[in-house]
Amino acid sequence: MPRALTFSVIAICLAGCADIEPWVKPYERAALADPIMASTRDAIAAEYLHHVHEVREGARGAVGSAGGGCGCN
Amino acid sequence: MRLPVPYCAVLLAAGLLRAVAASAGVLPEDRADAMYHRYDGGDVTVDGPSILVRKKFGEQVSVSANYYVDMVTSASIDVKWLSGASEYKEERAQTSFSADYLRGKSTYSISLINSKESDYVANTASFGISEDMFGDLTTVSLGFSRAKDEVYKNVSINGVKQHDPVYGKRRVDHRSYRLGISQVLTKHLIVGLNYEAQTHQGELGNPYRAIRSLSLAGNQALIAPEIYPNTRTTNAVAIDARYYLPYRAALKGSYRFFADTWGVAAHTAEIGYTHPWRAAWIFEGSYRHHRQSAADFYSDLFPRPNFQNFMARDRNLATMQDHSLHAGVSYELEKPWPWLEKGSVNLFIDRIQFRFADFRDATRSQSDPTLLGREPLHRESALVARFFVSVWF
Repeated sequence: MPRALTFSVIAICLAGCADIEPWVKPYERAALADPIMASTRDAIAAEYLHHVHEVREGARGAVGSAGGGCGCN
Repeated sequence: MRLPVPYCAVLLAAGLLRAVAASAGVLPEDRADAMYHRYDGGDVTVDGPSILVRKKFGEQVSVSANYYVDMVTSASIDVKWLSGASEYKEERAQTSFSADYLRGKSTYSISLINSKESDYVANTASFGISEDMFGDLTTVSLGFSRAKDEVYKNVSINGVKQHDPVYGKRRVDHRSYRLGISQVLTKHLIVGLNYEAQTHQGELGNPYRAIRSLSLAGNQALIAPEIYPNTRTTNAVAIDARYYLPYRAALKGSYRFFADTWGVAAHTAEIGYTHPWRAAWIFEGSYRHHRQSAADFYSDLFPRPNFQNFMARDRNLATMQDHSLHAGVSYELEKPWPWLEKGSVNLFIDRIQFRFADFRDATRSQSDPTLLGREPLHRESALVARFFVSVWF
């Protein structure tokens, strides 16, 4: 029964997701598409600084962004 | 093979999320970068070049290659107190290749990395997938990496530098599991949430470091090799936000929490500001703060020999904090030559101050034994410079 309930909830969520209307339209994403809004403008420089931090600190991981995310094109 | 629970969860999430995805993504631009980097701090200088080239083939494939070199002079303080001020030079060369394949709104990525130095060889393979969804307002990314390292110890036998036959070849196995979500919230705001779990197994210590412990009489330090656990599991979760201000400038902030099975817990926060000026200039500045607790088996000076089963004196595992100030300037040129789309010249400078709460300067008590255990706490600062030229073609 709990498993059936779980699948039902997931199915309802996915059905709801399929109908999501983007609240920021593609033509409204000019600011998000500006290169200054990139998580890292220059990968070569960002990777190096991550390396410095990993070498000099005891913590690591989860740095950087999941991706562009703005779908500007 | 039984997969760890988090990895099963992200695979499940990937399957579910891909079921509701539609089409279209963007590959990175064709671009080449050449950088000179330099780290100067704590008597250590590390510098070298890095070259990165990325090129698209058709509308669906993009490949990149990177060659990176670290030239190291002098050992860090947690090694140098054992060897004195002897001449030390080391070089690490890293080569990496990656490929992205775009299909609809999904981007599949693979990368291979090889890193070589005289006493350490590391090979890493990574796979990732990212997917745009919900009207391209959301990007979900999943990734997995596996690395296998070979560790040696360099010694000088009859004046010839070679691998220590007693130490032999030791291995380390690293695995990384990543999940990230990036979300457009408004016309001016993007937020991201990233999680990464890593497992490390094998020789996790450093053959050149040592611990020190008080002699039974309590008046001198005894030196012994470090003893590390063979496994370590780390978890890190980070949030970040980027906001486009009412004028053309961006404000960025991030926070990360880290914890591992060695007892280290860390908080890292950063805030940054990017400001273009006229058509060609971009100025940026940021402040970053990191603080962490010590590992359970770390001590600057153990109370007695064989005090516990695991013992380390790695300053990276000490209670410490650092503050970083960053300043950067970029000058961009449109069509500098007919065959180039754009070019830029960039200079980034970072000043980092490290402060340790339980790591002392052991060299001080070597010259004055009455200072044993009461040496000044170690502090150091570093200047990190990155100068690079980029071209888009």
